Amino acid sequence: MEVGIVSYGAYIPRFRITPIEIGRVWGQDGKAMAKGLYINSKSVPSPDEDVVTIAIAAARSMMRRVDIDPADIGALYVGSESHPYAVKPSGTVVAEAIEASPLISVADLEFACKAGTAGMQAVMGQVGSGMIRYGVAIGADTSQGAPGDALEYSASAGGAAFLIGSENIIARINSTLSYTTDTPDFWRREGQPYPSHGGRFTGEPAYFKHVGEAAKMMMERMGTSPADYNHVIFHQPNGKFPQRMAKMLGFTDEQLSRGLLPPMIGNTYSGAVPLGLASVLDTASPGDRILMVAYGSGAGSDAFDITVTDTIRHFNLAAAPTVASMLENTREIDYATYAKYRGKILMKG
Amino acid sequence: MPVARFWRDIPSRYNLYGSRCGSCGKIYFPTRHICPECRRSSIGRMESYRLSGKGKVYSYSVVHEAPPQLAVLKPYVVAIVEMDEGVRVTGQLVDVDAEKIDIGMRVEAVLRKIGDEGPSGVIHYGFKFAPVPD
Amino acid sequence: MMMREVAVIGIGITKFGELWDYSFRQIGIQAGLEAVYDANLSGSEIDAMYVGNMSSGRFIDQHHVGALIADYSGMASNHIPSTRIEAAGASGSLALHQGVMAVASGTHDIVVVGGAEKMTDVSEEASNFILNSAADQQWESLMGATFASLHAMIACRYIREGYATREQIAQVAVKNHLHGSLNPKAQFQKPIRLETVLRASMVAEPLTMFDCSPISDGAAAVVLCPMEMAHEYTDKPIKVLGIGQASDTLALYQRDDICTFPATKVAAQKAYEMAGLEPRDIDVVEVNDDYTISELLALEDLGFYQRGEAGKAVEFGETEIGGSLPVNTSGGLKARGNPIGATGVAQIVEIVTQLRGDAERRQVKEAEIGMAHNVGGTGSTVAVTILGVA
Repeated sequence: MEVGIVSYGAYIPRFRITPIEIGRVWGQDGKAMAKGLYINSKSVPSPDEDVVTIAIAAARSMMRRVDIDPADIGALYVGSESHPYAVKPSGTVVAEAIEASPLISVADLEFACKAGTAGMQAVMGQVGSGMIRYGVAIGADTSQGAPGDALEYSASAGGAAFLIGSENIIARINSTLSYTTDTPDFWRREGQPYPSHGGRFTGEPAYFKHVGEAAKMMMERMGTSPADYNHVIFHQPNGKFPQRMAKMLGFTDEQLSRGLLPPMIGNTYSGAVPLGLASVLDTASPGDRILMVAYGSGAGSDAFDITVTDTIRHFNLAAAPTVASMLENTREIDYATYAKYRGKILMKG
Repeated sequence: MPVARFWRDIPSRYNLYGSRCGSCGKIYFPTRHICPECRRSSIGRMESYRLSGKGKVYSYSVVHEAPPQLAVLKPYVVAIVEMDEGVRVTGQLVDVDAEKIDIGMRVEAVLRKIGDEGPSGVIHYGFKFAPVPD
Repeated sequence: MMMREVAVIGIGITKFGELWDYSFRQIGIQAGLEAVYDANLSGSEIDAMYVGNMSSGRFIDQHHVGALIADYSGMASNHIPSTRIEAAGASGSLALHQGVMAVASGTHDIVVVGGAEKMTDVSEEASNFILNSAADQQWESLMGATFASLHAMIACRYIREGYATREQIAQVAVKNHLHGSLNPKAQFQKPIRLETVLRASMVAEPLTMFDCSPISDGAAAVVLCPMEMAHEYTDKPIKVLGIGQASDTLALYQRDDICTFPATKVAAQKAYEMAGLEPRDIDVVEVNDDYTISELLALEDLGFYQRGEAGKAVEFGETEIGGSLPVNTSGGLKARGNPIGATGVAQIVEIVTQLRGDAERRQVKEAEIGMAHNVGGTGSTVAVTILGVA
């Protein structure tokens, strides 16, 4: 059975802060930071936004673009590392908000930055086996870097939702595979507000090894080479890592550019690869082939080989905001406002 | 607020479910069990009705003094929104600069956090309104 | 029509303001005793008590204030009935109306009506939060609408419709502070300038701090009896000529037009009919200026001005003492203060003072008929009372 994307929706909060502004506060060279990370600004959620509201905004956009009965959705998974509750699912709120409950399997997933794509795989299995007609996989985060930490220049917010099914597919998922090892490059212990990381250890043995291996194994499995793809989307903790990865594997900047969002919005963690895919699909043409490789610290990579179908011609993209429109409608804030919005100021109890 | 009091209203809070009088057709938000126009003849005939979420600003105010729970949002905008169905609803306006708001501005419902019961309490989600992108 | 005519034979009121030295029960008793002395009663004649109070349960964690006031006024030993009445800002007037109806019906002869609120025993934030509950808690307050912002939305729409200018709305505060400066019981006793109102810190645009009535402690009380007995107690009985009460939707947004309070119109019509009077017969009026904009709505809904004319009337000084219709000679809720449950009774105390000719520096000349207009929430409960020289 063919399984693929029937619809999708994206959401990026409106506020932005620049590395220059962050550097100004911490006595660091923000300009150099921006250049080194290839991040010119990052998205910041409003105080009334969290993973649940971002997931809902994305899921509602996804639903607006197609005419399907929400009761036909049999599973919904929200992948995030910043779920607002430690215990109590984000997904139940999302399911209720799109009126897909109560006959639905819901769970929250966590695998650092690849929980969203892990959800896609879980849903694909259920659709492919005939267990459910449609399933929803969402990747969303409102990640925090500790004040002054290098992560603060990149950790941002956003998410995208994908409706997976076997009818009216706008993008067929030809294959998916995962490459997983126990590699502690980045983590957050229970109860800790900010994550910790292994510094430069997050590069070669972690990101590059897993993304590179998963990409190579996928191309090997599909009998493809970089030239066969119109677009490539790699996990994007910053703008530089995916550029380097692309170069190492033999992809061009042109193949990478459509799905590369960190220069404008920073690292949306579980939202990163899903948003990159949404951005690519927003302007995709029938026949376009996409290689997508997510990465989650800890560590693992999910690779997807995708082909855009003719059905995308009839897809009602205009029914919801495109990624490009959300990159335009922005408002820049200063660090003080950012600190207030992100709960970094100690308030009176 | 006790958990149940909020939970009970989730259909109205998330998806703007109100009531439609089966007798005269008038729409209300939130749910009513008696139509103030039809009274007795409406009893048992009030139907659940979902608003589209689209409407326009009827009146608004930028709020500078607010309860501590809303302090982080100050100044924020509160508005009475006239829904396309004719019924009005009160809610906050988000993702808009105060100087750009005007009576008649097109808005649509979005879902946001509208409060919580403290750092260890439940989070309340509900509708607010955002400008409709051009 | 009332079965028996009713008279006000005694009045009492505390200073309004931040009464740090006094508890709820102390202010309640002080106002009550003053009214009882004023009516030349010993106390044993009292048949019943009604107490207007909005939220003692949240302001001082004390419900059951009917019994509390009966007890500490020494009435509990007589076991007279004492009843607490709540209708947010209209609590005091509703208590008065209950007392009037009890006397009119022949149920009781001598009735003490009190109104009291102690608002400063909680923080300002808590106090404002409690006031928000006069609106629809679930569908207004929880959505972020403060009580001030609801009135700000009325003002926004009122200005947009061209009914008044921002300056005319602000002028209400200037006028009421001027009146307050003539009232020794008022919370604020200094005149202010228009610029002061306009430039004060913003509460909910376009309303500033000076467009809003303050948080106040205070109590007021009146003594009622059948008109036929009034001369036994006082040389200057004031007759209750008409009362009217009306309701509207709890939430402001449920109204078709937010620039008018239909409940004010209905309550006023009932009171005018009972009294056999018209707006032009009223010599002095206390209206519910919890916010400056509210006074303009009241003046139009009570029939004194056509819609869009009240703002001009205030601007031209018609509503000042010495003008054609003096409004809020006490300083109103704005300057006299607004201890919620006490306000409706305080309005009656002011009208009685005016009709007796005892208002000294703020006396309205030849005042024979006066009106009080009291609102709970955003026009959700309205009570109108017309009084006249007997």
